[in-house]
Amino acid sequence: MFEKSRNHLSNKNLFLFIIDMKKLLRITLPFVLLSCSLYVKSQDFIHNAQVSGTFQADANAYVNDKLLHINDSTLNGKRLGINGFALIHYDYKNFSAGLRYEAFLPPLLGFSPDAEGSGIANWFVNYKVDNFEVTAGNFYEQFGSGMILRSYEEWTLGYDNALDGFRVKFKPYHGIYLKGLMGYQRNYWVKYSEGNRGLVRGIDGELNFNELIEKLGNSPFRLSLEASFVSKYEKMPLKTIIRPILPEGSYEVYQYKLPENVGVWLAAINLGYSNWNLMTEYVRKSENPSALNNYIYREGQALLSVLTYSKKGLGIELSAKRIDNMGFKSRMEEKENVLDINFLPPLNPLHLYSFATMYPYATQPNGEMAVHTGIEYTFPKNTLLGGKYGTNLSLSYSLIKDIEKQPVSADIPIDSTGTLGYTSDFFAFGDRKFYEDLKIQLTKKFSQRLKMIAAYFNQVYDKDVIEGHTNEYGKVYANIGVVDMTYRINNQHSIRLELQTLFTEQDKGNWMGTTIEYTLAPKWFFSLMDEYNYGNDNPDDRIHYYNISFGYTHQSTRISLSYGRQREGLLCVGGICRYVPAYTGFGLTLSSNF
Amino acid sequence: MKNIVLIALFSLLFLNMEGQDPKQSSKGRSLPSVELKTLDRKTLLTDTLSNHGKPMIISFWALWCKPCIKELTNIGNVYKEWVEETGVRLIAVSIDDARSSSRVKPFVDGKGWEFEVLLDPNSDFKRAMNVNLIPHTFLLDGNGKVVWQHTSYTEGSELELIEMVRKLNQGETIQ
Repeated sequence: MFEKSRNHLSNKNLFLFIIDMKKLLRITLPFVLLSCSLYVKSQDFIHNAQVSGTFQADANAYVNDKLLHINDSTLNGKRLGINGFALIHYDYKNFSAGLRYEAFLPPLLGFSPDAEGSGIANWFVNYKVDNFEVTAGNFYEQFGSGMILRSYEEWTLGYDNALDGFRVKFKPYHGIYLKGLMGYQRNYWVKYSEGNRGLVRGIDGELNFNELIEKLGNSPFRLSLEASFVSKYEKMPLKTIIRPILPEGSYEVYQYKLPENVGVWLAAINLGYSNWNLMTEYVRKSENPSALNNYIYREGQALLSVLTYSKKGLGIELSAKRIDNMGFKSRMEEKENVLDINFLPPLNPLHLYSFATMYPYATQPNGEMAVHTGIEYTFPKNTLLGGKYGTNLSLSYSLIKDIEKQPVSADIPIDSTGTLGYTSDFFAFGDRKFYEDLKIQLTKKFSQRLKMIAAYFNQVYDKDVIEGHTNEYGKVYANIGVVDMTYRINNQHSIRLELQTLFTEQDKGNWMGTTIEYTLAPKWFFSLMDEYNYGNDNPDDRIHYYNISFGYTHQSTRISLSYGRQREGLLCVGGICRYVPAYTGFGLTLSSNF
Repeated sequence: MKNIVLIALFSLLFLNMEGQDPKQSSKGRSLPSVELKTLDRKTLLTDTLSNHGKPMIISFWALWCKPCIKELTNIGNVYKEWVEETGVRLIAVSIDDARSSSRVKPFVDGKGWEFEVLLDPNSDFKRAMNVNLIPHTFLLDGNGKVVWQHTSYTEGSELELIEMVRKLNQGETIQ
């Protein structure tokens, strides 16, 4: 075997003499070394390795639309947009590696222009042995519920803040989990060497007593603790800040020394007994003046607490949250939706109907107080309300307000740059309501063929705060109703009709929506949709947003084609949202997996 | 340096793919080893999941995914009969993130679903299984190998799924 690999090497070497040695050596050396090692182990590598992967391409072709004021000049030559990626995974025993190629040529409308380009966006190697695991390259990680650190990727939204660096996981004993990492975050295609972001380092430890103590293994009592520390290091020049003072129109000029290290720590406890569970997480951040908080030196704090009770047929959840100055990015001057080190989960649930998500909430990192309660109940089968198949009732209520703020001293306005910003009572709600949302939803199966979902939503949406305007729009009060019926013609053919209506006197006024879907299981899908803004104050903007789409799925390969007019709005997946401008055109999505 | 590593990685993948039996790559993949959480927050390794020689279904879903909830609700209505008839085990893997993972248990209990639900809050398992769009369902044979997978849900698709399970039980191969 050894002889064989030497021959292999010498053949390659002969070839090298012909062309520029140095250059070629750089390129081929790893290849040659790898081939050698592979040669020796090839049998095993071929027969026991697993290669798998996936790819997806989303393409849109935009056309002119008079009603939306889209013409050649607004499109500016970008009639076609393509977002695509391909991912390959390689697994061999305890070793795995992966590579993701991405192309945005140019990106679809609504994605950041910074996404434009193509290349290897992500690669990693990972090795696991017994209770030890190490990852080098790009990785995704989350400590606690993410309020201290979360790197993740959401393709649909074009969001990716993967860390590039090293991560180590170690499990010294049953129920003890330790993690350590360091790296820098992805910011589209910008290279780290351009020096526009800091380094992120973190450690996390979790102790699960039910795994640690054998006696507690199957106990109804559950306890686990978690603690983490994350720091950001960023080189800071002295910063000159012009600070407005009273009386209005006067200024002071300061030279500020900004902290190069910002530290955040987390403590969390999960306590459960039988059907009850209480999770509480507290996070504290050292002074972190940044563009997000107008360069105030106040420390940040966050508290999240979730109480749940559930048994078969009934689930209740009660949660509360306080966020106070918790924006945390790996670049002090960043204000855009990139380089977030932490993730501040919104408490209000994401709804499943498009009108109910027309006014979606986004967490306010500078401060919010939120409460939420949700109830999920199934009336049992063969009861008055349950009927033959059972009836499901889903209720939810969220209220989100500002935190209470007082000036640090009488002569300094709240949130003044270079000051401690404000003082705030930890448990007090502020006066301004950011968001309120009530949902009542019934799911009922009438027969083997017919099912219905009926829902009502009532929402209050502070457009200025949530969308970042300065008191231009005020609040939007919306009432939304949905009826969603599915009829199974037979085992393969079904038809679905969805009617939605939204009433509001603010913003764009009333809407009406209709969707008809015809499916032929398990492969074919056909749908017609129309959303009509009949209540718009401006008669020219009373537009039908129609869409016709068709999809075909064969196992894990899916192709879908659509044509229509897309309304302007926020597209939300998981925790975050992306703004999508209005457009008209064709869409194609192709996705597969091997 | 990064380029060298990438080239090395590419060459490695390329060399291996060339020599590989195509059946090995797409079908017959066993589950990678990734940590998931149970609903009572215990850690569980995915490569330890099995159904004692019977077929097993793994379905990726999330609270914000309408077709996923439709699919699981429809399966939930017939799951008892499925288990009695075929012995199949369904594991629904929620990829809900920090925002909603604590809501999964009350939701599942409230719906009265009787299959198992596991949490993948960091999407590690989703990535390892190359899942892009959800719902995404995998069918594993009695030896724990992936024999079939399907993305998206259309009303009635669960009938195809249980048909596959029956075929596996009868020793037929899945195309």
